[in-house]
Amino acid sequence: MRIVEHPILKFERGRKVAFTLDGKPMEGFEGEPIASALHDAGVTTLSYSIRHKRPRGFFCAIGHCSSCLMEVDGRPNVRVCTEPLREGMVVKTQSGKGVLR
Amino acid sequence: MSGIKSTGVPSRELIESTFPSEERRKSGPFAVIECWQEIPCDPCVASCPFHSIADMQNINDLPVIDHSTCNGCGVCIAQCPGLAIFVIDETFGAEDEASIRIPHEFTPLPAVGDTVRALNRDGSFACEAKVIKVRNTKSKTPVIEIAIPARLILDVRAIEPLSRAKNI
Amino acid sequence: MIRECDVLIIGGGPAGLASAREAVKAGCSTVVLDDAMELGGQLVKQTHKFFGSEMEYAGVRGIWIAEKLLDGIAGSPLFTPYLRTTASGLYEDGVVTALFEDREVLKFRPKKLIIATGAMEKTIPFPGNDLPGVYGAGAVQTLMNVYGVMPGKRCLMVGAGNIGLIVSYQLLQAGVEVSAVIEGMDRVGGYWVHASKIARLGIPILTRTTILKALGEEFVTGALIADIDENWQPIAGTEREVDCDFICLAVGLLPLVELFYLAECEMKYVHKLGGDVPLRDATMRTTNPNVYVAGDSGGIEEASSAMVEGAIAGLCSAKSLGAAIPDFDERFARLSDELAELRCGPVGEHIRRGLAECTMEELL
Ligand SMILES: Cc1cc2nc3c(=O)[nH]c(=O)nc-3n(C[C@H](O)[C@H](O)[C@H](O)COP(=O)(O)OP(=O)(O)OC[C@H]3O[C@@H](n4cnc5c(N)ncnc54)[C@H](O)[C@@H]3O)c2cc1C
Ligand code: FES
Repeated sequence: MRIVEHPILKFERGRKVAFTLDGKPMEGFEGEPIASALHDAGVTTLSYSIRHKRPRGFFCAIGHCSSCLMEVDGRPNVRVCTEPLREGMVVKTQSGKGVLR
Repeated sequence: MSGIKSTGVPSRELIESTFPSEERRKSGPFAVIECWQEIPCDPCVASCPFHSIADMQNINDLPVIDHSTCNGCGVCIAQCPGLAIFVIDETFGAEDEASIRIPHEFTPLPAVGDTVRALNRDGSFACEAKVIKVRNTKSKTPVIEIAIPARLILDVRAIEPLSRAKNI
Repeated sequence: MIRECDVLIIGGGPAGLASAREAVKAGCSTVVLDDAMELGGQLVKQTHKFFGSEMEYAGVRGIWIAEKLLDGIAGSPLFTPYLRTTASGLYEDGVVTALFEDREVLKFRPKKLIIATGAMEKTIPFPGNDLPGVYGAGAVQTLMNVYGVMPGKRCLMVGAGNIGLIVSYQLLQAGVEVSAVIEGMDRVGGYWVHASKIARLGIPILTRTTILKALGEEFVTGALIADIDENWQPIAGTEREVDCDFICLAVGLLPLVELFYLAECEMKYVHKLGGDVPLRDATMRTTNPNVYVAGDSGGIEEASSAMVEGAIAGLCSAKSLGAAIPDFDERFARLSDELAELRCGPVGEHIRRGLAECTMEELL
């Protein structure tokens, strides 16, 4: 959910762009982190842990903890908390270590 | 351990200790500074147009207000980073009435004439209160004056945010 | 291509920006690297007004301070910031490598290096602490205050230090409820004014209370908390469930110090400063003559002191390069006094004691 009214802040958002998550159509604002667009849409599980396959969400949101790794446009292990959203991005829930191509 | 150190809720005695003399209270609005911990902070000193808050020898000093020169203008309310200053006016309204000015950084803001829910210093409901004045400041700390029963001047310290009153 | 510069600053938070300002003023070519999308470090999410004195912009909201720090240097040809650039390597010849936008490696050869990388949030062990919905308090602040997204509907805040108290207040401002703030100690660790601010809005602060478990399988659906005794052991029979759909951890910060290790600075574990920190002298120089430290990366403190430390590091690194700074002595003395004053009160005691363990008396 987006914050609409705030006593201190005014949110300047980029234009609306479309992207996909595991093939499903999604929407977000250009330039915001992918994780923020996903969270707004209620998507909180970003990957599954390597050994026990436990769900993982973001933790630090500033690119320091690697809890939010996803596959973006074929690139694995992208920290989606700091990766700006672009039109047409193909985002996938990552399971395991990911494969470099 | 209880009291402000563990719950954030100051005791009535602690609050009362910041009040001026009986005589001064009868003469018009006055500021109370509910700042009892030595922390490195001093914007209140410079904020007072009447220099009623004493210069600090050291930035960790507690603020000391001279109620004989403070006229309750309330400029300091929005300047205190800790939102710990209130202005009380016991001369407001009828005998058993008083007013208090409270910093209120929530949206939407109530309007003059609205009835709001006044909260005690522990967040419990105190009374319904009429909004007398709304002053928005450049630093985005609006100050709201509400009318309350005089017997609650040691207790009322907040206004329930409107967004929340709806949700609950 | 190797980019040459006089001073390279890693981290564009209050410490890094204050360093940059001094270095640029002294005529040094100055580069700032930051891995975030905008400059300001933690400031960009701090909607509350700052403490401290006028020199550190007390009374001004954190979100407006970064801009003020950039005043006067933003357009200077001596100042080059790189955003979304993570410093990742430091070589024996003094070359710093950095990953730009996750795809291009940049190389810099600075004469002096200031490491102002800040800190990262700690976590604590309890079953379910890895579930989505268990977030660092800073992360929640970033999500709601920078990107305008609600982290959830109802929060359990763990930790009543300044961060836990301030973020609870900011959650309310964003329209999110806070069920409680729990704290293991018998008192709030943060400033009382921050505690009062949320108490009077009806958020209970529960001291001597801990979290036993995050509930939920795929996502947090609640939390189990309990009272604890003096030895921090849960008291049987006091377990209870808290209604929340996310849990915020505000249990302390850890200085980000990897680069000091790469620079072979002598390090020391100082509990009161949050972890391993570099030894330094009064000019903020580390045991590596070309490396300076400033801000949280040298010990967890506050933005106000981070700015003053940053200014000292910027001023002194420029001076060591032979920059002409006619009023150096006066400025250095004034900044040092300012820092001492910020720390001299009762709440600064643990910082003073911590710094005593890692500050060299003699100038290095
Ligand atoms: C919720 C909260 C409330 C606070 N409230 C107050 C307050 O009221 N008053 C006060 O004085 N202080 C407050 N603080 C503390 C204050 O924010 C910090 O002490 C201050 O930001 C430290 O400044 P810094 O420049 O050292 O680090 P930071 O602000 O953390 O900046 C460091 C920067 O370096 C970047 N970085 C790290 N590693 C790398 C790398 N390898 N390559 C490139 N860039 C890197 C980071 O992304 C970041 O942008 C608060 C902190 C928090 C979290
Ligand atoms: S949430 Fe920590 S790196 Fe993205």
